[in-house]
Amino acid sequence: MATTTTKTETLVGKRIRRREDPRLITGTATYVDDIQLPGMNHACIVRSPHAAARIKGIDAKAALELPGVVAVFTGADTKDVGPVPCGASLPGLRVPHHYILAIDRVYFVGHPVAVVVASDRYIARDAADLIEVDYEPLPAVADPEKALAPGAPAVHPEWPDNIAFTYQQKGGDTDEAFKNAEVIVKERIVSQRLIPAAMEGRGVVADWKSGDKALTIWTSTQIPHLVRTLVALMLGVPEHHLRIIAPEVGGGFGSKLNVYAEEALMGFIAMRLAKPVKWIESRRENFTCTIHGRGHVDYLELAAKRDGTILGMKMKLIQDLGSYHQLLTPAIPTLSVLMMPGLYKFQNIHAEIVGVFTNCVPTDAYRGAGRPEATHVIERMVDILAAELKMDPAELRLLNFVDNESFPFATATGLTYDSGDYAAPLKKALDIVEYHHLREQQKEARAAGRLFGIGMSTYGEICAMGPSPATPAGGWESATVKIEPTGTVTVMTGVSPHGQGEETTFAQIAADELGVPIDDIVVQHGDTAIVQYGIGTFGSRATAVGGTALYFALQDLKKKIKLFGAMLLQSEDVTFADGVCTCNKSGKTVTLQQIAGASYRAMTLPTNTEPGMVATRFWEPPNFTFPFGAHIAVTEVDRETGDIEIKRYVAVDDCGNIINPLIVAGQIHGGVAQGLGQALFERAVYDDDGQLVSGEFMDYAVPRAHMMPWIETEHTITPSPVNPLGVKGVGEAGTIGASPAIVNSVVDALSPLGVRHIDMPMIPETIWNLIRKGAHA
Amino acid sequence: MITHNFDYKRPATLQEALGLLSDGSSKVLAGGMSLIPLMKLRLAAPECLVDIGRIADLNYIREENGAIHLGATVTHYQLENSPLLRSKCPLLSETAAHIGDPMVRNRGTLGGSVAHADPASDYPASLLALEADVVIAGASGDRTVTFADFIVETFTTVLEPGEIVREIVVPVEHSSAGYCYEKVVQPASGFAIVGIALRIRKEAGRIAEAHIGVTGLASKAFRAVAAEQALMNGSADPAAAKNAGALIADGVDANSDLYASPEYRNHLARIHGARAIAIALSRAQ
Repeated sequence: MATTTTKTETLVGKRIRRREDPRLITGTATYVDDIQLPGMNHACIVRSPHAAARIKGIDAKAALELPGVVAVFTGADTKDVGPVPCGASLPGLRVPHHYILAIDRVYFVGHPVAVVVASDRYIARDAADLIEVDYEPLPAVADPEKALAPGAPAVHPEWPDNIAFTYQQKGGDTDEAFKNAEVIVKERIVSQRLIPAAMEGRGVVADWKSGDKALTIWTSTQIPHLVRTLVALMLGVPEHHLRIIAPEVGGGFGSKLNVYAEEALMGFIAMRLAKPVKWIESRRENFTCTIHGRGHVDYLELAAKRDGTILGMKMKLIQDLGSYHQLLTPAIPTLSVLMMPGLYKFQNIHAEIVGVFTNCVPTDAYRGAGRPEATHVIERMVDILAAELKMDPAELRLLNFVDNESFPFATATGLTYDSGDYAAPLKKALDIVEYHHLREQQKEARAAGRLFGIGMSTYGEICAMGPSPATPAGGWESATVKIEPTGTVTVMTGVSPHGQGEETTFAQIAADELGVPIDDIVVQHGDTAIVQYGIGTFGSRATAVGGTALYFALQDLKKKIKLFGAMLLQSEDVTFADGVCTCNKSGKTVTLQQIAGASYRAMTLPTNTEPGMVATRFWEPPNFTFPFGAHIAVTEVDRETGDIEIKRYVAVDDCGNIINPLIVAGQIHGGVAQGLGQALFERAVYDDDGQLVSGEFMDYAVPRAHMMPWIETEHTITPSPVNPLGVKGVGEAGTIGASPAIVNSVVDALSPLGVRHIDMPMIPETIWNLIRKGAHA
Repeated sequence: MITHNFDYKRPATLQEALGLLSDGSSKVLAGGMSLIPLMKLRLAAPECLVDIGRIADLNYIREENGAIHLGATVTHYQLENSPLLRSKCPLLSETAAHIGDPMVRNRGTLGGSVAHADPASDYPASLLALEADVVIAGASGDRTVTFADFIVETFTTVLEPGEIVREIVVPVEHSSAGYCYEKVVQPASGFAIVGIALRIRKEAGRIAEAHIGVTGLASKAFRAVAAEQALMNGSADPAAAKNAGALIADGVDANSDLYASPEYRNHLARIHGARAIAIALSRAQ
């Protein structure tokens, strides 16, 4: 029997240490590469060294002669496998057929051309070098603006203009707003291509049981159920015969919110050879073949009155799509457009997106997915306006924020902001840094010739994705709660956590609702054979949508617990609290454990009640949630070298109610690190021939612990009315807030030299060049 | 990230190691911090690795006859934390502390680093400034070359096939000497965009001796002779630092990468050169 005891302490809101961590920090977690199956083959993929080329022939003879090589497959073998799916639909979207292995042409460096299957990983890799592919290189284009220029090489010959789609969004009357403007500021702002660089790359193991016609695929993914549906369609395997397992997933950041060629390819190989097969992505493949993020060139215009009132905004957004559409590629910039108004009340916007094919790996969702790009441009433009008007940037923001009385607030882009007090986090952050004092310090520093900057961003987000009509795959989420006969509790969530800590936070929610100790609860996820259908983890949705499904399942169970409690206590009038059902008249009690046992033993049952103690809920959110916050960065620039020192970083976030402050702080820290990386040194660089120059960690800088400033985190709490938990989501907030705060701070530092905008990454040489120019201006 | 097939041998003595290397098909493995990544990228494909990491008499830091002898397999961590070096050759300890990250410093070795001859590695700046010697063991016995002669070009040394770096010899510094290793770190690789090592001795307020080694800037590390000469016999003041610093990149054909152009590298060498000189001067007594 379980030693179930009751508890009275509430756990929601407490800094509970992550229950996931012991296995992670003791090296006992099971990642895809830890899966070992008897007789398992190993695959190595031959990839194009050219960004554009015709394949004239493939000679695998030497590879096949190497002892240990089992098979080589090329596009001719796999051409009947369905295409890598694009889940986004836009009017007039051009969708190239995305074969899992190239047929007669390659479109980016890293494009899969053939696959070697061998008895071990080393032989497979050696054999890959023996495959001779006869390429006829073709002109390539790697820059989206160059791809739009007349005469540019066509990425896909059938669409010589390289335009995959154009998309317009209008709200209000932008022409009128710009006619009435007293001041208009314009800028071209780049959000450079980034490499998500999850600590664990991708990996796939596939196992075909021919007797059962059943395929199991282990894959490092954020969305096991969607992978199941889509890979079943690609392979023609009935969905109920396909099981997807996302074991421990070592980070995703959106890069694993996808369906990749390799997932279907390994399924194909396992079925063809009737043996299990494993493919583990190399870091080089992760850089060249897993999706990149961002990749915007944006042209902005902001119209305002001299008193600072913002009237309207225009944006032309050029999105570098890469060569194909992965799952959500074309949808990502549409999120930027939705987010354009930021936290401000102006109602006139006009956005035009041009989605451009380039001979590069596709872009897709990367932490924030469209919203960091939008926040970056709006927050940069507000600062540029403040400089133009010689207004304090904090005052300008406070003047234009949506008023507290206006919620729910309808934006010009068709969203309804749920709740907010946008001035609160900004005022709190300004207090923390002692803003007025800091500006005085800045005056003194400037008088002494120092380059001292104060920068802020006030961001909003679209989170808890989302209402199903507004999402590509359904935006609901599911949860099952089972109270086992001995009284312990199993939670099965449709979200697929991979670092976000829901094994802890969901257990906190369940422990409080059922009044049981957290150790009596286990949270399962990531296996389609165990967990009911779910959507997955992305878009800061897991707690707000998945946690809410859990909450409602727990309410259903509590009703059933009371029915059984009343039956056992022979009372009509019972309460259930702290894991105990009490007769309000006699004071007699039965424990949850006794009730659970009785529900399964079923000697007697309450009227119209089934045995067992299980509830499943699918919850459809009525709206997105809209977290917000204010970040302030204080920087000093070395006048001689261009080095940037972040002297202070303050993040005040409002993500609604907080389940676990420790995990929320971790999300902010990680998010700020990724925003800081973009602001200061990360960039995926393709040369004119489409070669990825920043192809390794030797050339692509990600932030390490010693590069990070101390992050001071604070919160304001404005509960969301969208869900009963009042939570909004926090997974992407740090990333969204960080890059504009840091860039605004450095621009502020250099403003005495006449600098008004700096594109990212602000590497020291760029800053040094600006200082040199400014000094000579 | 998968190496070619290779054999692996782990000799117990230097003699055994030299014997294993004699057929020319093997490569010496020490800490593996440079060679293993090259093999994983398939840029190197030795048939056999001879691991000298367990040879006990290659791991020592000892003072003999007014010099400090450093065995080839001494790790960066050992150099960073050696009380002997910290008091008698602090420039080398300070340099070791700037290498890579804790994992690299725990595994990477002095001998491995110098034999690899990466033009952006940290030691060459200091070993030039220290006028170090390299003792090379071969089948026909030991030979000693100056570190300046040891490095030929990028990834190229005077090591012949079958030879092993046995030890590095650095001088015992006078306690009044000033020193500094100043490094600009490439944010991705952690290697030096530029690294400047300084040794300075003052006499009666004037600079009596100045040694400046520069790494990261060019295809191999070099002595900044013009800057040294500018300092020699001059007064030990901030103006001297600035004037000499300006000469550090004189006539250098600088490297470039995604994070620093040649022009910027040269600029950084001048600025950080002046800063390093100022620090060394402030430490000199």
